Amino acid sequence: MHYFREHKWIQFAALLAVFYALVMAIDPATGGNLWRLQETPFWLLPDLINDGLRFVIDDFWVVDVYDAELDLTEESTLMKEFTRTLSGAVLFSINLIRELLLGGVKTVVAFTSWDFISANEWARIPALPWPAVAAGAFLTGHYLGGRNLALLAGASTIYIALFGQWTPAMQTLSFVLVTVPLSLFLGLALGTIAYKNKTFEAILAPLLNVAQSMPHFSYLIPVVVFFGIGDHAGAISTVIFATPPMIRLTILGLKKVSPEVLEAGMMSGCNARQLMFKVLIPSARHDILIGVNQVIMQCLAMAVIASFIGARGLGYELLVALNSLQIGRALELGVSIVLIAVVLDRLSLAWAHKQTDYLADRPFHVRHRHSLCFLGILIGTSVAAYLASMVFPDKANYLYFIHESQGLSTESFWDRIVDWLVTHTYDSVQSFNFFMTTSVLMPMKAAFLAMPVAATLFLVAGTGYIVGGLRSALIVTAFIAFIALTPWWDRALITAYMTSFAVIIAVTIGCSVGILCSRSPRATKVILLVCDTLQTFPSFVYLIPVIMLFGVSDLSVLIAVIVYATIPATRYTVEGLSNVPQTLQEAGSMSGVNLLQRLLKIELPLAFPHIMLGINQTVIFSLFMIIIGAFIGTDDLGQLIMQSLSQANGMGQGIVLGLCVAFIGLAVDHLIHTWAEKRKEALGIN
Amino acid sequence: MKFLNTLSTAVVVSSLSLGATLAQADSKEPIVIPTHNWTSQITMAYVIGGIFESIGNNVSYVPADSQAVYESIRNGDVTISHEVWQSTFGKSFNNALDAGGIIDVGAHAAVTQEEWWYPAYVGDLCPGLPSWEALNECADLFATAGSGGQGRYLDGPMDWHGQETLERIEALDMNFTAKFAGSSGALWAELESAAKDNRAVVVFNWSPNFTDAGDGGSFVEFPAYTDGCKKVDGGDGKCGSPPAGWLKKAAHYQMPKKWPSAYKIFNQISFTKSDIGNMAALVDIDGMSHEAAATKWLADNEATWKKWL
Repeated sequence: MHYFREHKWIQFAALLAVFYALVMAIDPATGGNLWRLQETPFWLLPDLINDGLRFVIDDFWVVDVYDAELDLTEESTLMKEFTRTLSGAVLFSINLIRELLLGGVKTVVAFTSWDFISANEWARIPALPWPAVAAGAFLTGHYLGGRNLALLAGASTIYIALFGQWTPAMQTLSFVLVTVPLSLFLGLALGTIAYKNKTFEAILAPLLNVAQSMPHFSYLIPVVVFFGIGDHAGAISTVIFATPPMIRLTILGLKKVSPEVLEAGMMSGCNARQLMFKVLIPSARHDILIGVNQVIMQCLAMAVIASFIGARGLGYELLVALNSLQIGRALELGVSIVLIAVVLDRLSLAWAHKQTDYLADRPFHVRHRHSLCFLGILIGTSVAAYLASMVFPDKANYLYFIHESQGLSTESFWDRIVDWLVTHTYDSVQSFNFFMTTSVLMPMKAAFLAMPVAATLFLVAGTGYIVGGLRSALIVTAFIAFIALTPWWDRALITAYMTSFAVIIAVTIGCSVGILCSRSPRATKVILLVCDTLQTFPSFVYLIPVIMLFGVSDLSVLIAVIVYATIPATRYTVEGLSNVPQTLQEAGSMSGVNLLQRLLKIELPLAFPHIMLGINQTVIFSLFMIIIGAFIGTDDLGQLIMQSLSQANGMGQGIVLGLCVAFIGLAVDHLIHTWAEKRKEALGIN
Repeated sequence: MKFLNTLSTAVVVSSLSLGATLAQADSKEPIVIPTHNWTSQITMAYVIGGIFESIGNNVSYVPADSQAVYESIRNGDVTISHEVWQSTFGKSFNNALDAGGIIDVGAHAAVTQEEWWYPAYVGDLCPGLPSWEALNECADLFATAGSGGQGRYLDGPMDWHGQETLERIEALDMNFTAKFAGSSGALWAELESAAKDNRAVVVFNWSPNFTDAGDGGSFVEFPAYTDGCKKVDGGDGKCGSPPAGWLKKAAHYQMPKKWPSAYKIFNQISFTKSDIGNMAALVDIDGMSHEAAATKWLADNEATWKKWL
């Protein structure tokens, strides 16, 4: 008995045995509620949520709004007026930046009217010629981070222009330049409030969890109903998705500030505001900057999904390209998205690290040499572009703008690669496909679908209890019970089967690659760069090539998922292994361990909690990608989420389905986090 | 000043609209036209936008999901939708009609066909096509890894026609299973990959579509559709899809008031199957951008659209 209590794996084995017995015992035909929960009033939840949201937007607190143009008074609601005003403000900011880059009239309209614009042809913001923007990027890079950054920023801009993606790229840039600061500001503000107020933090924590693990498609319709359609709607859903990591990292960073620093601040007579802005936030800079990096990555990762509800730019072009099977073009657009992310990330890092030189007393033209230089180039390029269009009025003006059809392209190269792959590997791929589908995936799916509700809840509760005691057991059981109460238990089991399969493979690959790469510092650097790039690369691009190879099947979806979900598994393994303290390594060497022993007995056990967090991320990434896999064709929760886009009670159904997916993720997240914390405590690393 | 502006625009508008009698001038606020993710729809958006601009209106385009767009039209965030397909978007459209705020602006001349479809080379692999009985005979040609030995029919996303396909397969006792693709992109990818190694496929497709051009393919011929033959309508389910589905136009309910002349034109607009095919071909086959294709179409077909003004 004592042995049983001490060894968790025996408890777990016992749990599995009971689970198996329960699965065998409960018969689908006679099991009733033990097999699948029958219909309850809980099934009305989607309609309830739907009607509730409709009421808030359509009927609650009706106000009269006068439409000057039509000269009539219409009914609207307070909520609608509020959200539309908010949308208007966001849209104005996006349009302002966009029109500074690309030219346009909407900013002027905001201060005058459409009648005025139609009557006055001159009243518009002219577009910047692309060389001027490239020079601007180059100079900003130079000013903030020296030569290397200047080259990176300048070259990326030139790539975008030469490949004929100027307009969509600048649309995306203007979108990101609004969502990133907005998310940063909200994240920092909410994070500091949560740091000061424990109650607020307690309320915020579960909301953050849900916001980060809800599939985006489940809240697209509510965003459209509340905020309208267009760049602003895309921006708002992006902010919902990108702010949580910033809040988390702000809280984390502030909590890490040592009390000595805080006291030193108080002794110097700081008031509350000074303490926050001059002491706490600068001291927490490291974590806050990781937050900035995360926000930039998330905002660009949303570029494609935001285009479903009206965001223009690279994401939308990418969807159109994929839909007409232009894989090469989609790849090029994806590269542009990655470049924008990398450049913005590096620039913001350099900006945060830049020290003001208070002592240097330099003349005006030296202090402002970057701005002056930009001004010169701007005037020069504008005049050149203007002259060129005067001299050759009917020719395309490359100095000003390179159109998509005139830009460079590597499309045919990629298309040929895809061609070759499809024609030459088809037979071997087909036998692999046949083997996987009939011998692995279909039996696995059948096994998952044979799981009765009661047995599954027992398994989940037991796992929770073993890992984290009664509290964990209650939490995870509540998550899974919610799913069991909805009509979509079978669907959730299919999602669970796909997630399990993808996670097992992704973790196997990711950990092996991670362990191999962590052996050399150079390989570590390379693999982290690869991870960064792939993570920002729009995952939609994988969808079409996998269909071409594996057809519309679960295997296609799973391969796309595995490609995407291997990234965090690899990254966290590499990071965990390279963070093992040097002193422990040396202690090991002194005791005479060989390389293999060192890896197995010292490094891996110490890195294990961090690797588990990587596995946690792998689960979240897999869920995210499986939902996107619905575009290939699945029969899980994702398919229903897509379907809810066209249904009358779509808002409610989408949200409840989204919660189901989120709760699967959160249950796993809770178990792994609790377990990793306990391990860390046992190992004395925290 | 404001008065002068209004006056001058009114003059411009009336001179451009070729003597159309105007009760009230159109608003100068842009008419919002949605763009989805298939060629003919995007090109047609720019064509219609171009027609509105020719009478002095302002237009703006917004990318939108093709199912979610009807909710936005109801709310007035989007003004029109110019390709409402009967079987794919009929449900979303009707839901929006029931909820109010959207008006049905009639149908295009083009009728749509939506049915099981196979590329031309499959006709050689399975002689006897396009009859559905011949297709059923060759079922094993269409088998895939996941279909368990039966033929596989790749249907469109499940929300497009729901259970109809499964019911039809059952009613006709066919040796086929249906797999639901997740998006139209998935259908095209499967077609393209099958064509590369001459594999037999039968997928859901529609016309007018870009597949009408080139080598093309044919629709499978099922027992003819009669009213009420579908299971949902109480029939035995042993029939194909209706041969002529509608392709409608929709608008926000305030459009007739806010843009009376544009609305009148929109009401008149009616593209034929070949119009739609040509618009798509300019992009898919000639490789033009959507905007350029629209400009070219407008220039080449003045006779067609000028009569709607």
